[in-house]
Amino acid sequence: MTAMTPRTESAPVPAPAPSDAPRNELLQSVVDVARAIFGAAASSVLLLDEEADELVFRAVSGEGQEFLVGRRFPAGRGIAGWVATSGEPMVVDDLAADPSFDRSLAESTAYVPNSLMAAPLISDARVLGVLEVLDASPQARSSVRELDLLAMFARQAAAALRVITPDPLAAASAGRALEGAQREDALRLLGSLEQVLRGTG
Amino acid sequence: MGTTAETTTAAGTRPGPGLGLTWSLRGRGPEDVPVLGDPGPPGGHPAGPATGRGVRVCVVDSGVERDHPLVGEPAGSWVVVKDAESGEITVEPTTTGDTCGHGTACAGIIRRTAPECEIHSVRVLGERFSGTGDILMAGLRWAVEQRFDVVNLSLSTTRTRFAQELHSLADSAYFARTVIVASAHNTPVESFPWRFASVISVGSHQEDDPDLHLYNPDPPVEFFGPGQNVSVPWLGGRTIRTTGNSFATPYVAGLCARILSEHPRMTAFQLKNALYLSAANVRHEPGPSHPRPSTAAGDTGDDRDDSEN
Repeated sequence: MTAMTPRTESAPVPAPAPSDAPRNELLQSVVDVARAIFGAAASSVLLLDEEADELVFRAVSGEGQEFLVGRRFPAGRGIAGWVATSGEPMVVDDLAADPSFDRSLAESTAYVPNSLMAAPLISDARVLGVLEVLDASPQARSSVRELDLLAMFARQAAAALRVITPDPLAAASAGRALEGAQREDALRLLGSLEQVLRGTG
Repeated sequence: MGTTAETTTAAGTRPGPGLGLTWSLRGRGPEDVPVLGDPGPPGGHPAGPATGRGVRVCVVDSGVERDHPLVGEPAGSWVVVKDAESGEITVEPTTTGDTCGHGTACAGIIRRTAPECEIHSVRVLGERFSGTGDILMAGLRWAVEQRFDVVNLSLSTTRTRFAQELHSLADSAYFARTVIVASAHNTPVESFPWRFASVISVGSHQEDDPDLHLYNPDPPVEFFGPGQNVSVPWLGGRTIRTTGNSFATPYVAGLCARILSEHPRMTAFQLKNALYLSAANVRHEPGPSHPRPSTAAGDTGDDRDDSEN
């Protein structure tokens, strides 16, 4: 949920591999808690896929939860792109009337946020992605104190993500890991290779 | 700068950083290295007529919208481009504006603070993801090479491999009288270049006063400016409200531009001293303090609370 244009050819969300379950559970917990802390309409984690130069929705709580996960956006644009680039958390308010805000995405989600809080997910000197909070309660946004809280929570989330996914490249490009059909293709390829090596192919 | 070899740059005829350095005074006395100094504004406060006129400010950010009524047409718009195949990084003129809104917001705060300064934009976002640091480095290096008077850098990198290079670049800027005003992190994150003493680092305070800055007696971040619920220009000629250290930084950059417009010979360390002297929490004589109302301390309107600050 950012002021960016979604990639229209986004593939359907692949079924998560069993090994992704703890990570998905962690990320879902992060967005659920962030949403609760700030009394927000939604919260999401976008992870950076540096190879594809994209940000990927990896977990969503609230508005958009059913269909945003897996969607990809160009990483060099929009508020999330800037937060990932600059490493600086920020709050923007009055977004609903922003003509630059992507209406196609807003209409597809039937929800236009008025306020967006975003903090970088930084661990061990790497920006892994961005934690966003949409339409926090008016009492819980627009102040430095709340932004500090979001930044601290994002640090904790990034550290947890790093622990659970030791390889930073794997954490940052999880969307590129072999999943779903790709995983099946890879297994078939390995099977074929095994047959060749055994001389039975 | 001592003896200098004048070289022409896009910025004018001031020597480029690193050129014409004086390494020793062997055979030369004080009369051989005269300096026409400027004591700066009394108390560090920029004078009323100081509008930033003649001061060149560079915003290294997401670009600046080309015709926002609260910013005006930037004097120059540039973009850092990295060739996808060769990896070569170049800085080129661009006609595109802002890819995010953030740079326009920063430029607007600078314009509001120093209405007549000259604003240039270097975009480090929008071609490809640039958080890896090399594009930021290239943008900042270019700005320093162009000898801008003030560089607003509302960003940082956590990549330690750039720390040494950034440190050298920040020191070069400092000695060449290009003051880098850089956003600090609001949590204890190791990032650069705001951690270096050769830049002016800025965080956000919690006061409502839009013309207030504070000095931090316990750095690493040295100054705090207004960055909470700030009204800023945004994309499409609009205005929105924002919060973050990155919006306190251009206020201090604008202050520097105002001071420099009246005192163009001031050095980077003099500018820092002027900010220190004019900070609302710095007292110049011992004695009873006269606390100002503080939003952070919970004071509102006439309800003065002398218990803090």
